[in-house]
Amino acid sequence: MAHQYKTRFGSLKDYDKGRVEPINDDVRHYAFSNCFEIAENSAPYEKVVFGQNMEYVMEVLRAEGNSPWYTCAHDEFALSMDGEVEIHLVKLEDAQTIQDTEKHGAITVEGDPQGTNMGWMKLGRGHQGMLPAGSAYQFRSSQPGVIILQTCKGDLSIERWADICQSA
Amino acid sequence: MANAHGYNDFSLGGFNFARDEYFAHITWETLDGRPMSHTMDAGNFLRALMRDVAWGFFYGWVNFDDVIGTVNHYNTVDLYAGSFNGPMKDAGINRTENFPTDDIRQLFEKMLADWTNDGFDPFAAPQETGSPYGHNNGDNMSAITRARELATRCVGLEGDLALRTDESGAPVNRAFADVPQDAPELHPEPGFENEVHAFNLFAFLSRSQVTWNPSFTSVVKNSFMCPTTEEHILPIIHGNDRVEWFFQMCDEIHWNSDHKETGEPLARVIMKAGDMAAMPAYCRHQGFSPKRSMLLVWENGNPDLVDDIKSGAAPQVPVQF
Repeated sequence: MAHQYKTRFGSLKDYDKGRVEPINDDVRHYAFSNCFEIAENSAPYEKVVFGQNMEYVMEVLRAEGNSPWYTCAHDEFALSMDGEVEIHLVKLEDAQTIQDTEKHGAITVEGDPQGTNMGWMKLGRGHQGMLPAGSAYQFRSSQPGVIILQTCKGDLSIERWADICQSA
Repeated sequence: MANAHGYNDFSLGGFNFARDEYFAHITWETLDGRPMSHTMDAGNFLRALMRDVAWGFFYGWVNFDDVIGTVNHYNTVDLYAGSFNGPMKDAGINRTENFPTDDIRQLFEKMLADWTNDGFDPFAAPQETGSPYGHNNGDNMSAITRARELATRCVGLEGDLALRTDESGAPVNRAFADVPQDAPELHPEPGFENEVHAFNLFAFLSRSQVTWNPSFTSVVKNSFMCPTTEEHILPIIHGNDRVEWFFQMCDEIHWNSDHKETGEPLARVIMKAGDMAAMPAYCRHQGFSPKRSMLLVWENGNPDLVDDIKSGAAPQVPVQF
């Protein structure tokens, strides 16, 4: 009989963080963190940077309740690592779109989004959704969850490396 | 002409390559004229050679082991023996030669084709492939000429990289039989069917037929999400020329981090589900995955970064804090 493997995912309620074991190096150079631990200690929808590659970032968001409406001049992608989250999308009218097409990262839409309803999606664990450039999007989650956002560093990105990373 | 084991010998510059039933033998002449040799397990050599060919010599250093490897300069490639091994370099027995990329690529492709036996898949986990050993018994061209799977915006969009399915020849791997295959709920309004888009990344990865071979699944400008499924040992020791980020999405991988110039051990990095870590640009790293796992390799593919690397302007560490 074939062996039955158990795939080990993490969650807010059940995760097991690894570690850096230094031999002859500074552990801070590995920027080691865990998305569930970060979300555990975050306010809903804080965009906490936990990966930075020059102008690009990966952010951890604690999904809980309704987020503000965001918009961004470039595509972003949201990966659910725990929980279910709805993403509602609106094609913004010109007045609310970001005028600088090269601007990096998301900003908050001022007021209610004005434009055409694009529809919505519901992501479960492991699902990745596209947040198209120029749209407005809102996360809605009835239970706490964890989202990883692939984006560029922007006005709403929060950096607190010393708090989230192993330092010794 | 084939040798007694049925394999052809190959030469490039001052390097010679030969294989027998169990081993690859690499020989070279040192700068002061001494003959030197190195021996690798044939399976390990072919697994490393496969990645170097498939990845176009990748970013930076592709160490086949702690002696042999390549450095990508993006129009040319260095082939070396002992040049990034502290004691060998100190002893003056190393050799490095630079070749036009096409020359070394063509030589490596021919060697890979000739030395890979029927039934051996260098991309497969050791439990999922036949043996690399023995007298030459044919080839496995379909396995060694797989195209990399590269989305230009996002997997599953119309005209982009397709989802993996049973019908497309991508059944769920034995180690991921428990990974849910459900699809996200999509409720697009008319006209927005290709913008209200999501897919099950974990299901996509559960159907990967290869190990240690990243695909592109989503792209933001030059930010590439390159997830991959890992089992057993990364067949190369990767010395990146830039900071490289890893996000462990399930199970675990244990990494060795060594200094990329000398091989001096620097750290061990134990990554479990949900962990994020960067590999600093001064290290070379090799991963060990006890069970097939999902790893997101996150790369900055900005072509301008090559100039920053050459000038020394690119950062060596991911962040300062």
